Amino acid sequence: MRERFLMIVTLMAMASLPLWLGSDYYINIASQILIWAIFALALNVLVGWSGLVSLGHAGLFGMACYTGAWLLEAGWGHFTAVLGAFAMTILVSAIFGALSLRTRGIGFIMITLAISQILWGIAYRWIGLTNGDNGIIISARPTPFGIEMDTPGVFYIFTLMVFLLTMLIMAIFYQSPFGVSLRGTRDQSRRMSALGFNVWLIRFSAVLFSGFFSGVAGLLFLYYHQYVSPHVLSLLNSAEVLLMVISGGTGTLLGPVVGAGLVVVIKNVASAYIERWNMLLGVIFVAIVIFMPEGLVPGTQRLFRWVFARIKSIGAAIKSEAS
Amino acid sequence: MLIFLLKMKMSSFCVALFSVLASSFLVVASYAQDVDPIRIGLMTVKTGPLATGGIQMEQGLDIYLRSVSYTIAGRPVEMIVADTGGSPAVARTKAQELVERDGVDAIIGPLAAFEALAINSYIAQVEVPTLSIAAAEDMTQRTPNPYFIRASSSSAQASHPMGHYAAVDREFRRAITIADDIAYGQEMVAGFQRVFEENGGRVIAKLWPPLNVAEYSAYIAQIQNADVVYMAFAGINGLRFIRQYAEFGLQGEIPLLGGMTSADESILRNMGDEALGVISSSFYSSELPWPANVDFVSRMREVYNVDPGYYAVSSYLEAMVLHAAIDAVGGDTEDKAALMNALRAVELEDSPRGYVRFDEHGNVVGNIYIFEVHQKDGRLVNTPIKTYENVSQFWSYNPEEFLSQPVYSRDYPPAIYLGQ
Amino acid sequence: MTLYIILTINSITMGGLLFLLSAGFSLIFGLMRIPNLTHGALFMLGAYFGVTFLRMGVNFWVAVIFAGIVLAIIGGAIERLLLRRLAGQELAQVLVTLGLAFIIADACLLIWTGDPIPLSAPESLRGVERFFGIVFPRYRLAVVVIALIVAVGLWFLLERTRLGAMIRAGVDDPEMARVTGIPVSRLFTIVFALGAALAGVGGVLSGPILSVYPGLDAEMLPLALIIVILGGAGSLPGALLGSFVIGFIYNFGQAFFPDLAYVVLFLPMLLMLVLRPQGLFGKHPS
Repeated sequence: MRERFLMIVTLMAMASLPLWLGSDYYINIASQILIWAIFALALNVLVGWSGLVSLGHAGLFGMACYTGAWLLEAGWGHFTAVLGAFAMTILVSAIFGALSLRTRGIGFIMITLAISQILWGIAYRWIGLTNGDNGIIISARPTPFGIEMDTPGVFYIFTLMVFLLTMLIMAIFYQSPFGVSLRGTRDQSRRMSALGFNVWLIRFSAVLFSGFFSGVAGLLFLYYHQYVSPHVLSLLNSAEVLLMVISGGTGTLLGPVVGAGLVVVIKNVASAYIERWNMLLGVIFVAIVIFMPEGLVPGTQRLFRWVFARIKSIGAAIKSEAS
Repeated sequence: MLIFLLKMKMSSFCVALFSVLASSFLVVASYAQDVDPIRIGLMTVKTGPLATGGIQMEQGLDIYLRSVSYTIAGRPVEMIVADTGGSPAVARTKAQELVERDGVDAIIGPLAAFEALAINSYIAQVEVPTLSIAAAEDMTQRTPNPYFIRASSSSAQASHPMGHYAAVDREFRRAITIADDIAYGQEMVAGFQRVFEENGGRVIAKLWPPLNVAEYSAYIAQIQNADVVYMAFAGINGLRFIRQYAEFGLQGEIPLLGGMTSADESILRNMGDEALGVISSSFYSSELPWPANVDFVSRMREVYNVDPGYYAVSSYLEAMVLHAAIDAVGGDTEDKAALMNALRAVELEDSPRGYVRFDEHGNVVGNIYIFEVHQKDGRLVNTPIKTYENVSQFWSYNPEEFLSQPVYSRDYPPAIYLGQ
Repeated sequence: MTLYIILTINSITMGGLLFLLSAGFSLIFGLMRIPNLTHGALFMLGAYFGVTFLRMGVNFWVAVIFAGIVLAIIGGAIERLLLRRLAGQELAQVLVTLGLAFIIADACLLIWTGDPIPLSAPESLRGVERFFGIVFPRYRLAVVVIALIVAVGLWFLLERTRLGAMIRAGVDDPEMARVTGIPVSRLFTIVFALGAALAGVGGVLSGPILSVYPGLDAEMLPLALIIVILGGAGSLPGALLGSFVIGFIYNFGQAFFPDLAYVVLFLPMLLMLVLRPQGLFGKHPS
């Protein structure tokens, strides 16, 4: 009951955010957090639920950006561009999965890194297609059902809706039989095989699922910035989203969202006040590992449980003393 | 006090905290209304690999604003520095921060072309005058932005004269070019090649090392049968290339020519004899003799203990231009269109780089100099050896014709003498 | 013809440099199974310490050794204070090593500014050697010799000393090593310190060739990863061979396939991972 109440309050606060946040600047920051949160949630399907650490997810994210931008540039409509971007992202995810699932552990990290670096190299080098490091500017955001999305508030609401839908699908997915068997492949892959599950196929589907939502985030990113350059495919981008997932906590649905908020706020907002924001980010990561090695969200939950348990036991002690 | 805080109930504590915060906001807000400063946002890079140039941009701007006691047209000036970290996505957020939160009257920067392109549509939408040093050709050519102006140089503005100097003055015939494989390098090489070949030279090989290549020896090994090498590097790559060029014994064997940022003061101050004899073309060096520059250089040395180079002088120049324009509109920075018109009409008689004005596309017209690296007072300097006066981004070409051709790139103009 | 000869010599010298970079990374990864993403930053930090020692007027070789010692202390501290708690937690290791890399890179920017700083080679090694009309920098040749000396030294340490035997036992089977009474925990500290020291030494030695600048860390880390994947984790011969293979691919690839310059290193790695995930010399799939 209390949880449901909290959820409704949070939802209402998020939906009404453009009304009380005041400045367009902060609304835009909120949109960016949501976009990165979707991307982090997508990566979490692999990192958290499948035990597959990808250091190349910017490759999938960037594929959606570039395909969308390229189709728009070539004069296609938004609908075609979005569909094309999804098709391309799924296709690349399939190749990504087919190659990378031959390995696990550090091998998986490296193979995903290699794939994204190759995509990055193509984006930089194939100037005829990508316009090189100058990137592609797209002229307009889409107008679904005739709604203009040029103002930060409207774009934020749109992003929020996509984000909530993503959360919902992720939650359903997590509890579905498929989600359960996916976690099974993470913890007990041999036993899963012995039980007759096709471990490879389960993981491969997870890669496609993760790729699809990376594409969702990529398209939102494209429409937010209306610009794409090879930076979206860089190793730094892959590393950042991975850090979001790990720092927030891989075990929960909220973890990647909190991680995304942390990184976006430090990079974009805190950097206005603290010149050494890179160092601050590093220190926060190290501190998380020292104090909450399981990540911010599970760590905080543990802390709360501990505090409540202490309060209860103290309360009980006082009561017993009083009686 | 502490005990008091501990004893306070959570709710009353919150109320207390809120009221303290609110009152401090009120104080700040009322203070801000008393004075009405001109806010200049500097978009630069202070962290990561591009920080070298970005920090100098801040120094150059600071030196200019100090020289006018942080006052323009009778109004105090506030400089707000935003660090993009060299990322186009952050650049856009920082532009929003400067405009929406800090309410700047104008932006100086950003540094890199991809940052300028990332904020291009935004600055047009919010109509904030932007004085950039990003050199991308098309920002002031085929796709100009009405709120964009550039007092430094377009990519090829200084490499056209270098092509002329190499072919006509030095009578070099066979050139090999090597440049960062980014638009900036490609555009510089294209400009050099065009003028060089139109005056009888031939570019026999074009080498394109990736931007983040660790080492140039695989490229240096390919430098053969040429009588001159033209390099176009950004950031710190010039330093690495010049050193390795000398390391392989090519210094003095094949003359080395360079673009604007290949051997500027920020590179030279970390170099030794290996840079001697490098010839580069640019709109500025700290050795330009006139008082406006001597004064600027001495203040840079006094405050920051460095000779200003490309990045420092660029932001200094942009600030000078902005100052002149704000004076011209009588200190009223509210009317952005008027300010923009004033910016485009600015003429500086004596800036550190000499006489400066703007063409109709918002790009600077000014002198381009050929420099040679010499030793002087125990340090390396770029000594001017030739001046090309009032060079525009179109060189000697007809602007309409120039703009009807494709933008400079790896493949345009086509290199027809490769391998000969 | 001369182009081939020059490229070959280039490839070999680059291989020497890369071995200094990757040997420590391979040891750490092989023994501790830690993907040490701080390695590039440690390499850069070593080079910056070399700059400081040289500015203090210290001899080049002494500066190399000093930088190695400082980095060994830093590496030992990182292992003792942080990584020790994270055995087996791959994600936490990624987070903490990347976090440290951020901190080190930003601290370098703060202390040594963003200016690129070239290091001077020792006086006796400046200048060029000429054979049959081909010019080659003397210092680069020296780096190959140093790399080979380091390789022999490491080989001796691993194959001929008690410490080495323990490290090898740990690489092969950590659980078994622990059971047989090898002080694995102290071993971890020693190996991490040694790996960091090698990175630091490599950083200073590369200074006269590459110079030191912000971003050097990010350029070097992928190279170390590629070599270790290619050669096999924890294998010294693997790291040595991997370094020279990469040296050749890098130089010849850049020269003859300029269009693939960006991916010339990652394509071979991808192929290797797909076809032979354990690397050339690796014992088990990584």
